Amino acid sequence: MASVSMTVNGKSVSGDVAPNTLLVDFLRENLRLTGTHVGCDTSQCGACVIHVNGKSVKACTMLAVQAEGADVTTIEGLANGDQLHPMQEAFREHHGLQCGFCTPGMVMSAVDLANTIDNPDEKTIRHWLEGNICRCTGYHNIVKAIEAGSKAMQAGKQAAD
Amino acid sequence: MTKMTVGQPIKRVEDKRFLTGRGKYTDDINRPGQTYAYIVRSPHAHAKINGINKAAAEAMPGVHAVFTGDDTKDLGGIPCGWQVHSKDGTPMAEPRHPMLAEGKARHVGDPVAMVVADTREQARAAAEALEIDYQELPAVSDTGSALGDGQPLVHDDVSSNLCYDWIIGEEADADAAIAKAHHVTEIDLVNNRLVANPMEPRAAIGEFDESTGEYTLHTTSQNPHVIRLLMGAFVLSIPEHKLRVVAPDVGGGFGSKIYHYAEEALVTWASAKVGRPIKWTADRSEAFISDAHGRDHVSHAKLAMDENGKFLALKVETTANMGAYLSTFAPCVPTYLYATLLAGVYTTPIVFANVKAVFTNTVPVDAYRGAGRPEATYLLERIVEKAAREMGLAQDELRRRNFIPADAFPYQTPVALQYDSGDYLATMEKAIELSNYESFEDRRQEAASRGKLRGIGFSTYVEACGIAPSAVVGSLGARAGLYECGQVRVHPTGSVTVFTGTHSHGQGHETTFAQLVADKLGIPMENVEISHGDTNKIPFGMGTYGSRSLAVGGVAIDRALDKVVAKAKKIAAHLMEASEADIEFENGEFRVAGTDKTTAFGDVALTAYVPHNYPIEELEPGLEETAFFDPLNFSYPGGCHICEVEIDPETGVTEVVGMTAVDDFGRIINPMIVHGQVHGGLAQGIGQALLESCVYDESGQLVTGSYMDYTMPRADNLPSYTVDDHCVPAAHNPLGVKGCGEVGAIGSPPSVINAVLDALNPLGVRDISMPATPMKVWQAIQDAKMSQAAD
Repeated sequence: MASVSMTVNGKSVSGDVAPNTLLVDFLRENLRLTGTHVGCDTSQCGACVIHVNGKSVKACTMLAVQAEGADVTTIEGLANGDQLHPMQEAFREHHGLQCGFCTPGMVMSAVDLANTIDNPDEKTIRHWLEGNICRCTGYHNIVKAIEAGSKAMQAGKQAAD
Repeated sequence: MTKMTVGQPIKRVEDKRFLTGRGKYTDDINRPGQTYAYIVRSPHAHAKINGINKAAAEAMPGVHAVFTGDDTKDLGGIPCGWQVHSKDGTPMAEPRHPMLAEGKARHVGDPVAMVVADTREQARAAAEALEIDYQELPAVSDTGSALGDGQPLVHDDVSSNLCYDWIIGEEADADAAIAKAHHVTEIDLVNNRLVANPMEPRAAIGEFDESTGEYTLHTTSQNPHVIRLLMGAFVLSIPEHKLRVVAPDVGGGFGSKIYHYAEEALVTWASAKVGRPIKWTADRSEAFISDAHGRDHVSHAKLAMDENGKFLALKVETTANMGAYLSTFAPCVPTYLYATLLAGVYTTPIVFANVKAVFTNTVPVDAYRGAGRPEATYLLERIVEKAAREMGLAQDELRRRNFIPADAFPYQTPVALQYDSGDYLATMEKAIELSNYESFEDRRQEAASRGKLRGIGFSTYVEACGIAPSAVVGSLGARAGLYECGQVRVHPTGSVTVFTGTHSHGQGHETTFAQLVADKLGIPMENVEISHGDTNKIPFGMGTYGSRSLAVGGVAIDRALDKVVAKAKKIAAHLMEASEADIEFENGEFRVAGTDKTTAFGDVALTAYVPHNYPIEELEPGLEETAFFDPLNFSYPGGCHICEVEIDPETGVTEVVGMTAVDDFGRIINPMIVHGQVHGGLAQGIGQALLESCVYDESGQLVTGSYMDYTMPRADNLPSYTVDDHCVPAAHNPLGVKGCGEVGAIGSPPSVINAVLDALNPLGVRDISMPATPMKVWQAIQDAKMSQAAD
């Protein structure tokens, strides 16, 4: 067993894990943060996307011990209390989710996109989502949601500046 | 006055928990003392199991038990819910479907043993220590050749691998019409095998409470009551009152989570043996070899026409793959959900179909989004496209000449169904307008100037959903009724809980049903809770599939609401000292007609539970009603999908540049949700047409067993869609609703392939199979060039 410590959603956490424990399993099984989902075993589906030090990462592609000392944000840590993050709000507004299983990964990936590229257009969004599979929505409303969510995040940033 | 919500794009009630990671899916649930199961599966398509040595596995750390077919052979097999009869009257072959292989494994992924241990890792490690002596046998995986002489037999007691040989219609009539027709178009088609691939893999947690003798199963199911019925009555012999099945949040289904699977029964049964709860969660690779697959037809068809292109007769011969065992709904999919739709939207007076269902050494095949109806639509719309070219008629023109006219409803088809309503011309006209069909040639030329081949394709379809009228399906071989149950519980302070036997796994029932309730009772949606997915809460139900939730389950709720209002009127009449006949109910208020005397819904509810001033001799206290609704007919959504593609002839890559869908859903409760359902269906339809295919090699190994090999549609494979509707209310249910969940997957695949063929037509390409991958398209272009050079 190896001990590991990191910050998850603003709180310091630590635990003992087998050295081959995936970060996603540490989050789901040790911390019971079950919002991060596992939809495949080949790192294709993106249901487990989280933020590690501010960048989107598939939590099934990292060992828990590789996240030692990292600042991790999961879907549970995105909203501000009862107030949804603008990207979450945009998904709700534009019906960007149906069964909800891919949604946490989609939202976390979309937030990173909006942080990386200002006001991405449809083509950029579709390309960015190559690593996130949704079987319900046909992506149409996810793309719309991310366009709107990115704009809202941009507006929020400008208001803060 | 409360704002009316029906017809409005109300934002979904369920979204917040999903958006914040608070959804509760089966694998998110952990029970005290929980152990983990690992299912050991056959790596061979067909193998004799000479013996299994458990000793080493049992001795591994953390292992509680190892079970094999020897342990479960006295339990029931996994039952099939539908019995189809062959044309000679004999019932279908129905070989035993054991939970764990009994002496033989019949497909890659067939469960052979289950290891239960303290952790997932321990169970997996112990599984590797299991010694299984397999003797490989020759296998058959190809649908078209499964019946051939000398093929290996999947089941020793099923000769020729034939499950049934079924017909509908009069063959002699079809042959006679074909013999004297002006023109006959013929086509050979393969409807490619698909994997449903909901993003949440299947999972199950079995649990036994020794103190009460009650079993609980949490499972990823579209229909928990059906699982309770099948597993309790047929597999494990547990009576309903000792078996609770819970399907919590479920991450998509698309049909694949309808069926009763061995793993559900295994963890439930073994939880009592082990004395601990047992959780099993499939990984994706396991899902590919254990979730029921879809489609997989091989067909030959002939369409006879007169000199004006009027359809005279259609004759279809189809071989349908059942896989190695009969899954719950499998036998009805290529018969009653397929051949009965072969009249389509046309007035074809004679339709004959012969369907042979075959066993192969592959994963069982069952309903996948659309189930039989996409196969029928694909066949019809491909042959109609070919017929139009052969007759020298435009794609829309041949359809216009053959549509069932809007004034011909109810319309009795020659293949059993009676369509209640529809307007196929209107949906096509609207799709033509929205897709800018009239200016297509300009776009084709513009694309040509960039070296691209542009094509446009049509599909006009009807489907039968709202499954289903029990008497009808019973006469066709269904072993259950397909009504639905709704229960409305008005609480003392006027809030309402609705219990529905349908199940939401993405469809948004918590919103749509709440809209129905809020409007009918005149209360805010926030005061309505929709409860589903727990057999201990919901009286009964048949679940969600076949676009039935609103058309059957929604109507059951509506009827229960009628009963609630009727009783509430009696209470209101007593409170206002008026005659019941004079009580009107509107906007949440009871009024004595023609007066200003009113009482609020909440006051009536309180009176029902605090009956101090109450007509106790005539009326029971309480305000709770249950209704079952069994429709008299299916509902029949229909419409037109028009696809536009651009092909790069250098690479064979097809880009969908336009996808227009105009559908008839009947009355719409929430257009945002309805159109969202269409989007998802379209993506699966485009996926089938261009990307997805489940491939077995000759030895029965699954070649496409992960997302590395099976092409799931990604965002950058798909366009934004143009989705609209032209609705004619359904005649057979009081809400007038038809269904929307499957239309996208049913209507779109032939529109995509017809568009590809339209693009390639100038090169002389006349046929291409699904999925039209870049390699296939490029090869078709090269072959056409070669044959033109040779001419």
